[in-house]
Amino acid sequence: MTQQEALFKYILRLGDNALIHSHRLSEWCSNAPFLEEDLALTNLALDMIGRAQALLQYAGSVEGKGRTEDTLAYRRSERQYYNNLLVELPNTDFAYTIARLLFVSAFEKEYYAALQNSADSTLAAIAAKTLKEIKYHFAHAHDWVVRLGMGTEESKQRVQNAVNDWWMYTSELFEMDETDEQLVKDGIVPDLKALYPAWLQAVTDTLKAASLDVPVSGYMQTGSRKGIHTEHLGHLLSEMQYLQRAYPDAEW
Amino acid sequence: MDQVQDIVSKDRAMLARFEERVQAGDAVEPRDWMPEAYRKHLIRQISQHAHSEVIGMQPEGNWITRAPSLRAKQILLAKIQDEGGHGLYLYSAAETLGITRTEMIGQLHTGKAKYSNIFNYPTLTWADIGAIGWLVDGAAIVNQVSLQRTSYAPYSRAMVRICKEESFHQRQGYEIMAKMMKGTAEQKEMAQDAMNRWWWPSLMMFGPHDSDSPHAADAFRWKIKRHTNDELRQKFIDKTVPQAELIGLTVPDPDLKWNDEKGGYDHGEINWDEFKQVINGNGPCNKQRLQHHKQVHDNGAWVREAAEAYKARTNNQSSN
Repeated sequence: MTQQEALFKYILRLGDNALIHSHRLSEWCSNAPFLEEDLALTNLALDMIGRAQALLQYAGSVEGKGRTEDTLAYRRSERQYYNNLLVELPNTDFAYTIARLLFVSAFEKEYYAALQNSADSTLAAIAAKTLKEIKYHFAHAHDWVVRLGMGTEESKQRVQNAVNDWWMYTSELFEMDETDEQLVKDGIVPDLKALYPAWLQAVTDTLKAASLDVPVSGYMQTGSRKGIHTEHLGHLLSEMQYLQRAYPDAEW
Repeated sequence: MDQVQDIVSKDRAMLARFEERVQAGDAVEPRDWMPEAYRKHLIRQISQHAHSEVIGMQPEGNWITRAPSLRAKQILLAKIQDEGGHGLYLYSAAETLGITRTEMIGQLHTGKAKYSNIFNYPTLTWADIGAIGWLVDGAAIVNQVSLQRTSYAPYSRAMVRICKEESFHQRQGYEIMAKMMKGTAEQKEMAQDAMNRWWWPSLMMFGPHDSDSPHAADAFRWKIKRHTNDELRQKFIDKTVPQAELIGLTVPDPDLKWNDEKGGYDHGEINWDEFKQVINGNGPCNKQRLQHHKQVHDNGAWVREAAEAYKARTNNQSSN
C-alpha cells in the first residue's frame, strides 16, 4: 500500500464515522423528548455533517480521481464504508443514543486532540476545528448520562442497559490495521492504543458520577476496518443514497 | 351594589385607556393591563403559530435522511432547527400571557389548539422540500412581516427575529426549485408536480376571505392584525408568480392573469371546501401529524421525568 492509498483509506474512516453518526443523530429531528433537546441533537448532527464534508472532500483530493465528497458519500456500497460499527447501530431510544455519544465523544476528544499534531497540515486543521465541537458533544453526553443515572429508577435502568449492551462495540474504536501502522510511523496519525487509558478514565468517571456500573469487558465486536458491518448499515445507506442512485445523471 | 358598579366602571375606563393606547400605536408589554379577550386572542394565535413551527418540522424532517447531497442535508437540517427555535420563542412569548408550554401542548393534543393547515399535506418528493421553502415559507413571510408591527410587544419582537431567518429559508427553497428546473427531464417534472400540489394549499394559508374570518374584527381593533387575509394573499401572489415564471414553472391556475387596473394578478376560485375539510381533520396527514407529536411526547416522558427528578435532587442538595 502506498502512502497515498493508506491516507485515502484512513480519511474515509474518519469521514464515514462523522457521516454515519450524524445520520443517526439527525433521525432525532422532530423525535426528541422535548424541543430544546431536539435542537441540541440536530446541532450535533450538523457539526458532524460539516466534519464529514471536510474529510470526504480531502479524501477525494488525496485519491486524485476526481471523486467529490458527495460521490464518496452517495456512491459507495456498504462494503466500502469504514465507520465503526457503533455509530451505525439504530438509535433504539434516548438512553442508547446518549450512551453512544458518551463512548464516541470521549474517544474523539482524545483522538482529535492528538490529531492536531499531525504532520499533515489539512488533518491538523480539521482536528483543531473539530476538537472545539467535540468538547461540547462530550459535555452534553456526560450531563445526560449523569441526569439519567441519577434521575428515576427507570432512567437509571435504561441508561445502564444501553451502556452494557453497547460496551462490546467500544474496543473497535481503538483497533489499528496496516494503514494505521504506516501513517503512525510518519507522524500523520496518532497511535490509537495509546488513547485507550484516557478514554477509559473519562468514561469511568462519567459512569461513576452517574452511579452506574462500568461493564466488564468481554468479547468485543469487530469488522469495520475491513468494511464488514452490521445489517443496519445497508438500510441506512439505501435510504441516504436513494436519490443519487435512482437519478444518477441529476445534480441537486 | 355600588361596589360592583364601581368595578364595572373602573374596567370600562381601563378598557377605554387600553384601546386609546393601542390606537395611538403603543406596544403592549406583558405587565400592562389588557382586556381578557385580548389576552385570549393572543394566546390562541401565538400558540397556534408555535405549534405550526413545531408540527412543520415533521414534513420537512421526512427528507433529512434522504437529502441528495451533503450540502442539501446540512441546509435542510439547519432550516428545520430554525423552525424548532421559532417554536421556542413563540412558546415563550405565549407564556408571558400566563399559560405554560405544557398546557399549550395539552391543548394541541386535545385538538383545542390548531396549527397551520398546510402541514397536513405530505412531502412526497425532494421537490416538495423546495416547494415548502419557497411557497410555504414565502407565504409565511408575507404574514409575519405584517405581524412585526403587531400590538403585543413580545410577539412583535419574536416576529422581527423570525422574519430574518425565514427569508433565508425561502431562498433555500427557491434554490432547490431553480436547480431542479435546470436539471434533467425527471427533475423538471418533479418540480412542476410539487408546484401543482403546493400552490393552492399555500394560498389557503392566508385563511378565508375576510368576510368569513371569525376573529377578524377584534384583531383589527386591537392592532394584533394590520392587513386583511385577502390583502396578504394578493401580496404573496404578486410576488411569487414572476419568480415561478423566471425558472420556467407554470402556476396551476388557468384563471390567473395580470390585472392592469389593480396592479396585481386576478386568480381563480380557491377550493374552500377542501380548506374546511382539512381544518376539520380530514386532510391527508392530520391524524399522522398529531399522532406523531403525541407519540414522541409520550416516548420522551421518562426522559423529562428523569431530568425533573435530577433537578429536584440537586436543588435539595444545594439547599441543604
